[in-house]
Amino acid sequence: MKLDEVQRIAHLSRLELSEPEAEALLPQLQAIFALVAEMQAVDTSACEPLAHPILFLRDLAQPLRLDQVSETDQRTANMRSAPAQEDGYFLVPRVLE
Amino acid sequence: MSWHAATVALLSKALAAKQVSSRELTSYFLERIAQGKRWNAFLDVNPALSLAQADLADNILASGLGGPLTGIPVAHKDVFVTRGWHSTAGSKMLKDYQSPFDAAVVARLGLPDEENPTAAGMVCLGKTNMDEFAMGSSNENSAYGAVLNPWNPACVAGGSSGGSAAAVAAGLAPIATGTDTGGSIRQPAALCGLTGIKPSYGRVSRYGMIAYASSLDQAGPIGKSAEDCAWLLSAMSFHDGRDSTSLADSGEDYSRYLYQGWSESQIKNAAKPLSGLRIGLPAEFFAAGLAPEVAQAVEAGAQQLAALGATLCSVTLPKTKLSIPVYYVLAPAEASSNLSRFDGVRFGHRTAQYSDLQEMYKKSRSEGFGTEVKRRILIGSYVLSHGYYDAYYLQAQKIRRIIAADFQTAFEQCDVILGPVAPDVAWPLGAKTQDPLQMYLADIYTLSTNLAGLPAMSVPCGFNQNNLPIGMQLIGNYFSEARLLQIAHQYQQASDWHLRQPSEVA
Repeated sequence: MKLDEVQRIAHLSRLELSEPEAEALLPQLQAIFALVAEMQAVDTSACEPLAHPILFLRDLAQPLRLDQVSETDQRTANMRSAPAQEDGYFLVPRVLE
Repeated sequence: MSWHAATVALLSKALAAKQVSSRELTSYFLERIAQGKRWNAFLDVNPALSLAQADLADNILASGLGGPLTGIPVAHKDVFVTRGWHSTAGSKMLKDYQSPFDAAVVARLGLPDEENPTAAGMVCLGKTNMDEFAMGSSNENSAYGAVLNPWNPACVAGGSSGGSAAAVAAGLAPIATGTDTGGSIRQPAALCGLTGIKPSYGRVSRYGMIAYASSLDQAGPIGKSAEDCAWLLSAMSFHDGRDSTSLADSGEDYSRYLYQGWSESQIKNAAKPLSGLRIGLPAEFFAAGLAPEVAQAVEAGAQQLAALGATLCSVTLPKTKLSIPVYYVLAPAEASSNLSRFDGVRFGHRTAQYSDLQEMYKKSRSEGFGTEVKRRILIGSYVLSHGYYDAYYLQAQKIRRIIAADFQTAFEQCDVILGPVAPDVAWPLGAKTQDPLQMYLADIYTLSTNLAGLPAMSVPCGFNQNNLPIGMQLIGNYFSEARLLQIAHQYQQASDWHLRQPSEVA
């Protein structure tokens, strides 16, 4: 991993890193990925990926709930922690000119 | 009366016998929290609300309708959203966040209402400190400062549920909730001399639990005894339609085996209650890197279980070392996705100055997240990005299946697996903060159970020469929580490590 890659993934992650921050992160990420590289030695050609434990446990489907409205209108409560709002809508900077 | 030394089981008896009211108990612990601020165990308290809950609990008790947990105070890890208390997950991002609803765990343990008529009736004491978004093993990643270990204030309390562990160890709460994604219940419990259990994945609803890595996160209790943990877990686990990974048959009485022998025929053999139990010791859990004093205490714990009738055998979990890279690919990958919701639009921190949407996202997130969270988001984005997905993310998921299968092979030879929780006791504050990889490596004994989704617990089994607690880990097969708690309870009937208190807490 190189410094420009740190900035590339920071952009993908919608994070802003100063140059000193990125420079401090680089050796840490390199050390972590050196450890991660040890995974390549394992032969997994006969192996299916496991996304979560229930898939390993049981082949049966997870329980599905009925597709029906269960929520009541919580708009006021849900808006309470909004950083900026107007008339019950979240305010964001203009996206379309 | 020193109620802070009492177990939940004892407090329950005292409430039933009317030796104390819930209001008196709640006031007692709120006062201890106020006097115990130096541990930095709590992020928010609301005494008026706690006392109002206690009064309701006293009414229920007076009417004779209470259950065993009615009126007993509990502290909740700040990862569970709560009405009436702030819910920050240890992050600056959620500094002012007020949840419009209670997490499933909070509601189930709290006072009964129309939505939860069978809730346990416990009183919330407040919210406990934690590593930001549960990412960390020392609680030093909290935006609100590290938690100090009640056994030695110069040492870490462990993490990420460090505030919950310190609160119980310092006698600020009789019991607390925690979450465990890679060891975050078991490791702080071990470092603070407490008992904690992470149940099988799917046992406890994740509804209202601020997500870190959804395929690994699981909630459980941290308390003073296996019996207390059994009671709390019984109240916490149920099928919840609001969590698609909540198991249909997750509710049960986890205390049902506590007072029984391991096998039916042994019920009357009081001296050897664990006859018939086969305990597997994985060679990989006792290899290089384990502190000699920890190894000694854990081996002594195993011998004590053998004295109670269990037989010991050696097993192998060959991919133990690889669980570290596998975890540190999968958990950050899931975290990078989960934490994308913090965009400064609907809730959470929004930066003061911005010219467009992109800049608002970037600055809000960069100001709101701490260093470790950013590090894990970056790792996650990288392993999921084009060109790396197969080599990192998919490869990690494949090894995850091998790790889960290795456990099943081991369980052909034994009923439970025993080993250390952590390679060493609590370390000095600041000792590992500059080297994240060193911190990750110390998670070696706890990560694999989360990857497999197995239940596991931490049981106090001794102290090192500096009087710092040591925990042993019991790992069971899927849904064997009641059996794990039984073994721990039988061990605790024959030992008193779990009841020791830090000298500063008496």
